[in-house]
Amino acid sequence: MIPALFVFAYLAIVIYIGVFAFRRKVGERPAEDYFLANRALGQFVFLLSLFGTNMTAFAILGSSGHAFSNGIVTYPLMASSSALVVPLSLFLIGTRVWAMGKRYGFITPVQLFRDRWECGHIGTVITVVQAAMLVPYIIIGVMGGGTALYAISGGRIPFWIGGAVVAMVVMVYVFFGGMRGTAWVNTFQTTLFLLFGGTALVVIGVGMGGFGNAVNDLLASPSTSSLLTREKVSPLFFFSYTFIPLSSINFPHMIIFCLTAERMRHFKKTVILYPICMLAIWLPAVFLGVAANRATEVPSIRAKLEARQTLVSQGAALSPEERGELREKSAGDDILLRLLDHYAPLWLAGLLGAGIMAAVMASDSQILALSTMFSEDIFAFYGGKERFGERAQVVTGRVFVIALTVIAYAIALKFPQPIFDLAVQYAFSGYSAMMPLLVAALFWKRSTKWGALASALWAAASVIAVAVFQFLVKTPKVVWSIGGVEVLARTPAGTSVFGFLPVVPMVIVSALLMIVVSLMTKRPSEKAVGRYFLR
Amino acid sequence: MKRSLLVIAIIALYALHQDFWFWRAAAPIVFGFLPIGLFYHVCYTIVISALMWALVKNAWPWRLEDGGEDGEKGGQGEEHPFAPSPHRPVAQSLDNEEARHT
Repeated sequence: MIPALFVFAYLAIVIYIGVFAFRRKVGERPAEDYFLANRALGQFVFLLSLFGTNMTAFAILGSSGHAFSNGIVTYPLMASSSALVVPLSLFLIGTRVWAMGKRYGFITPVQLFRDRWECGHIGTVITVVQAAMLVPYIIIGVMGGGTALYAISGGRIPFWIGGAVVAMVVMVYVFFGGMRGTAWVNTFQTTLFLLFGGTALVVIGVGMGGFGNAVNDLLASPSTSSLLTREKVSPLFFFSYTFIPLSSINFPHMIIFCLTAERMRHFKKTVILYPICMLAIWLPAVFLGVAANRATEVPSIRAKLEARQTLVSQGAALSPEERGELREKSAGDDILLRLLDHYAPLWLAGLLGAGIMAAVMASDSQILALSTMFSEDIFAFYGGKERFGERAQVVTGRVFVIALTVIAYAIALKFPQPIFDLAVQYAFSGYSAMMPLLVAALFWKRSTKWGALASALWAAASVIAVAVFQFLVKTPKVVWSIGGVEVLARTPAGTSVFGFLPVVPMVIVSALLMIVVSLMTKRPSEKAVGRYFLR
Repeated sequence: MKRSLLVIAIIALYALHQDFWFWRAAAPIVFGFLPIGLFYHVCYTIVISALMWALVKNAWPWRLEDGGEDGEKGGQGEEHPFAPSPHRPVAQSLDNEEARHT
């Protein structure tokens, strides 16, 4: 219970930072102040908060859990691909969005689209699609909080209370602190979990008697040696994953964060240091996840390994329910916490547990982003601001924060899916498929609102199609093949199309729709285009 | 020329992510605990950071920066492409009746 007390102390500090620290007198533009911290974040806060907002429970708990089951492939699959794609998109797209936002006063990405393509309700459709795909991301935060507090307290704090506590803390500082509070909390949290990675690695390494032995044992055993290679995944699957980080810059909270920098030059350090931050967080998380396969002296980990072994040896003879139960038992989302619980001294486990909480509480900026989108793209756009004033708009945004948190919490209690699957299959792929919208808006003069609508609807439809397909077809099998070529298959991890993850065709078709539909429809006015492309 | 080289470097780095040559190899174990496949990607991440430094140094979009920050210092009117909008784009879009009914 002592580690849990450290976590509660940490939560109190977070509330203090978010609510009371760095409060300023609200100026003439309360909306810009609440939703964008008055576009005045300094270089240090911008780097750490932007990085922190992109790291969720998924980065720490999901990655070590994935590495526990799949091995070292987790790092290149998710970390090194993101380390290239995310800073590159910040460099190419983030800087342009910042410049347009500064010039024309945008607060949300849809405001940019509405202005660039001279559209109204199409922007609303895009808002709805973006919002629908952001909700799963928020649920991850609540689930991660519940899982983390349950594990840190040794099972004394049930999942539903842990999730409620985390959701409540996040809601309080987002409600009161807005973007400024969120950014400072994120800065504090990122600093914590950057320190956490290295410390956890050393402490657990010492506890396990050094990693050299663990790695050599893994290598010596035929059942575990594949964890040190990438033979568990196909090259096409591996390649597909490089499309997933395209989602990052398309998440509304990331775009909105790009608008908070005081100067465009603040992007420089962020772009350069982003890969190093990825390395600092992901390498320890992945490595510890892999090494946990040798931590058989930890009873809970031994139970997971036994469940996995049963699944492998008797899987074919078991019923789908039994297989599902074994899969749940062998899942590694809490693996890092189990290691800390066993190897770290109590007080250190508490501090490190706080570091993990820092990672799982990254849903704050998503909640704020949805509130921003609702109050700017819906409430203000449909006349609410004109009628009731800008202060009423901020109040609306705050009420929305409460409503959203309650809904996300209710969903988190109802759907106990592994963090990793939920994130990748629904939110990440969908946002990757929205990439053509930003690229076309900023780099292609001939793009039109109809092309944007087609891309957005395709992104939504394809996410729904994948979800329905996976719901209907539960057992791995080839569903459609032509001349021996696998076109559509249900795999244990999800769906494959021509051997690729669905995200690949989703992005390609979305880009094609943007091009073809734009070419078939009336181009935007010269005036609108001229505002975005200098001669 | 510099920009072309940077574009080539980005494409090359993207291709190097697919390191099929270490696909099934765990050994050598670097520093006694890092499988070669993981070590490769650690180095790969550091090289990305170096490439980002080169991009920032040689291909920074100064024009955007100057425009944005000039705009911040004081608008020059609606006709200037870098001038800040007097209203949010929401209001401008609503001026367009056609857009309202889209």
